[in-house]
Amino acid sequence: MSIIDPSKGKGETLNPENWGKDYADYLFRYALVRLRDRQGAEDVVQETFLAALKGKDQFKGLSSERTWLVGILKHKMMDYFRKPSRELPVSGLITSEDPPEEFFDLNGKWQVKPSSWGDSPMDALEKKEFWKTFEACMSVLPGRLAQIFALREFEGLKNEEICNLFNVSTTNLNVMLFRSRMRLARCLETNWFGKKAKGE
Amino acid sequence: MLSCKEAAALVSESLDRKLPLGQRIALRMHLLFCRFCRRFSRQVLFLRGTADRVRGEKEGEEPPVSDSLSAEAKEKIEQALKTHSESKSKP
Ligand SMILES: [Zn+2]
Repeated sequence: MSIIDPSKGKGETLNPENWGKDYADYLFRYALVRLRDRQGAEDVVQETFLAALKGKDQFKGLSSERTWLVGILKHKMMDYFRKPSRELPVSGLITSEDPPEEFFDLNGKWQVKPSSWGDSPMDALEKKEFWKTFEACMSVLPGRLAQIFALREFEGLKNEEICNLFNVSTTNLNVMLFRSRMRLARCLETNWFGKKAKGE
Repeated sequence: MLSCKEAAALVSESLDRKLPLGQRIALRMHLLFCRFCRRFSRQVLFLRGTADRVRGEKEGEEPPVSDSLSAEAKEKIEQALKTHSESKSKP
């Protein structure tokens, strides 16, 4: 079937021969940030390419080749999360029943008080070094927390969608999101902002 | 009056859903008086900002992660692509 698609105007065509070279690393990083599981990310990338080959007649050339591949990758990532047999990456089994973390004392007061991150914390986003720190902080989150944070914040999934995917209650999910944010914030504070702006 | 623990949890929740009026007011009252929770609130917004940036990678920039595929994995993928495109491309 080689129907000429009139919408394929702008020279957006598929070149599967080059996918490995052009997109494998990109897609892998994309998946790794979200799955936090190297093997899983590699598998998902491979499945994406195979699915893309199979479905290449559906490519309408409306988006770039890469965007199209990312679309397929997203589906494959959701399949990954749905697979019940999948083993979680190390330390993945975090639930809200795990020992409470020491952010607050028994009266609910801050144990370690958040410090100021300066007047323009957003400037950090322009720095390569910051992203290294960010990545390191993501990587010390327990696997499940990191996955949930990534799905909520990077993929923009709704809370209900994540609850269904992982089969957790809304209350549990709220707790886990809270913890992941808290941990990330503390980690960035210690390893980035604390080092930049001493004082206060 | 909310404790800081409760207030911070609501700060986090408010990123995921619209809080009911009562909680919203209670939270606002707490934030008015508590600069630590105000800071935490700015910090989670910062996190959202980083996430927006990571999401923005779709068009344009690279994901802010330095890792890349292992050589073996790449080899495997190249191989799979090759065999599959060969077996498929016959009309
Ligand atoms: Zn407070």
